[in-house]
Amino acid sequence: MTFVKTKIELSKLQSGDRLEVLLVEGEPLENVPRSSEEQGYKVISVEHVKENIHKIIIEK
Amino acid sequence: MSTTLHKKKLSIISFSGDFDKLVAAFTLATGSAAVGYDVNIFFTFWGLNAIKQKKSRAFTGKGFWARFFGFLMGGINNAPLSKLNFLGASPKLMTYMMRKSNVATLNELVEAAILLNINLYACEMSMQIMGLTKDDFIPEVKEVLGVANFLKYSEDGDRLFI
Repeated sequence: MTFVKTKIELSKLQSGDRLEVLLVEGEPLENVPRSSEEQGYKVISVEHVKENIHKIIIEK
Repeated sequence: MSTTLHKKKLSIISFSGDFDKLVAAFTLATGSAAVGYDVNIFFTFWGLNAIKQKKSRAFTGKGFWARFFGFLMGGINNAPLSKLNFLGASPKLMTYMMRKSNVATLNELVEAAILLNINLYACEMSMQIMGLTKDDFIPEVKEVLGVANFLKYSEDGDRLFI
């Protein structure tokens, strides 16, 4: 569901805009960057924020 | 030699109308649509309740028995759990648990399906039995289909019965 929400938010942006996604370790962390790249978006950075939460920046 | 690239396709027959099975159907549908699948959901029999305009109990349909069943079944807000329904307490409990675990609720999943342009279809035969018309459903329902057209639209893709 994390990538579904990410995809929906990305579809609202203009080309070149960036989206910050906060997600948890495990399937979301594995799936979101990979699916974003497969769908033609650019993953700018992936960083660990705290505990099991990570932040990903994706550019449309 | 030429090869045609087929876009990945998934077609789900939503028959049961159970809360948990609707969550499964919409999770599969939205997850697939998000990664580029062409997705169709064909609502039939109890599944039709999930796409009714009136989300709670109402006397929709034509004819005494159709309206009787229509009222008892209700809309998406009345979808029962397929097991341990506890007279309707469980879907409300499940929704609370889903919100608490930060998982999308059934209504959020339906909204996501609409935003991702998933094709929603209603089954003509079940509609006839229940005396329902396209106006009884949410406006996002694309078309009313029978088996022949469903087979045509779902060709070259995977089909699931939920």
